[in-house]
Amino acid sequence: MDLELMVRSAPAIAAGLPMTLGLVVLSLLIGFVLAVVIAQMRLSRYPVLSRFAAGYVFVIRGGPLLLQFYFIYYGLSQFRPFWEGIGAWPVLREAFWCAVIALALNTAAYTSEIIRGGILSVPHGSVEAARACGMSRLLVFRRIVLPIAFRQALPAYGNEVILMVKATSLASIITIMEMTGIAKKLISQTFAVYEVFIVAGAIYLLINFLLTRVVKYAEWRLTPYLRERPAPASTAAAP
Amino acid sequence: MLELLALGDTGWGDELLRGAGMTVIVAVLSFVTGVAIGMTGAGAKLSGSLLLRAVAEIYTTVARGVPELLIIYLFAFGLNPIAQNIAALVGYTERIDFDPFTIGVVAVATISGAYSTEVLRGAILTIPRGQIEAARAVGMHRWLVFRRIMLPQVMRFALPGLGNVWQLTLKDTALVSVIPLTELMRAAFRASGSTREPFIFLLAAYALYLVMTSFSTVAFERAERHFGRGVRRA
Repeated sequence: MDLELMVRSAPAIAAGLPMTLGLVVLSLLIGFVLAVVIAQMRLSRYPVLSRFAAGYVFVIRGGPLLLQFYFIYYGLSQFRPFWEGIGAWPVLREAFWCAVIALALNTAAYTSEIIRGGILSVPHGSVEAARACGMSRLLVFRRIVLPIAFRQALPAYGNEVILMVKATSLASIITIMEMTGIAKKLISQTFAVYEVFIVAGAIYLLINFLLTRVVKYAEWRLTPYLRERPAPASTAAAP
Repeated sequence: MLELLALGDTGWGDELLRGAGMTVIVAVLSFVTGVAIGMTGAGAKLSGSLLLRAVAEIYTTVARGVPELLIIYLFAFGLNPIAQNIAALVGYTERIDFDPFTIGVVAVATISGAYSTEVLRGAILTIPRGQIEAARAVGMHRWLVFRRIMLPQVMRFALPGLGNVWQLTLKDTALVSVIPLTELMRAAFRASGSTREPFIFLLAAYALYLVMTSFSTVAFERAERHFGRGVRRA
């Protein structure tokens, strides 16, 4: 084990951190919006919508993410004239945006199931009460259903976020130099497999550790009613 | 376009199917090895020894917290040197060269095993302690308690979780295409490269993955029913 090499390789690998985080944040944001839409479709009364959503989730969850990357990066580029025609080529030409699209489409499927579970856990009475107060459907969804559902789904969503951090490593396969890509390059240049693995792995573990803390904190913030109440002085003094 | 998928010399259909076969083999071997690792890991996590618990904890944290691809690279570049070093300790100095297949199975099993460890640990914990005490009181020795009391119930409790691990493992095998091992993913990629028709091959490979994952879902549902027979459902 070469400690000096570890210290020297750390800045090089950490230089890929902004790329990793950029991919995570962008794909999570886009993926979340998509997921809310898909979850709504899945729960819709119209069979066309719910079937489509169920099919989407089945297809995305049933195949490896790496193949989804290849499909978007290589598979779609075969129809370049078509994409040029509709003006989408500048996006699909860039490996970065292909990676974001692949990751966003992937997380949207998994997240939609998490949100669906959350929505199903919202007590019907809360929705009825909100409707009785005169809130419109959209307002009920925004003010009542989504917050309760999100709170319920938070632990599962935290897992999904961590899976996403790990999934960004696949972007290196389509030429994007994020942390895993840099680590691979360093390994093949220096043959210092363990040193590079430890440094890169430690950074990933640190990110994931911090993320679990953030999720735990968010959970705690969003569930004040589950916390133990400070005992009032009078009851504490009662015999 | 479809004639590209023909079987035999004219198309790439048989190459894809052979790749799918390799995917299944790698996935099954890794999964089974992973469950064995999981049994050991769960045992270690629940043992009284602080050292064993710490080792198992580090293993599951690292193997689940670090990208799968990075772990694949670790084994792809690191398995041969470390095996060489270990072999040198016992005086074996000839060159050790594991083939991509072995490296792939070891790497995917390492990932799979970490998830299995957690699933099995949870399943073991759901067995009421009284049952084990009762079995010991009847005079069963440890191994018999494990085989007669714990294993049948662990199988039932762990199956849904292990089903998820299997799906993960099946999909993770796509990553060994970087080693390079010619499984389904790589077969499709090679076909794409030589024909410059990536769309059809990637689509075909994707369809094959969907067949495999759907089939697994059905198989695990059956297994759950089998191991849950005689249990009244809530």
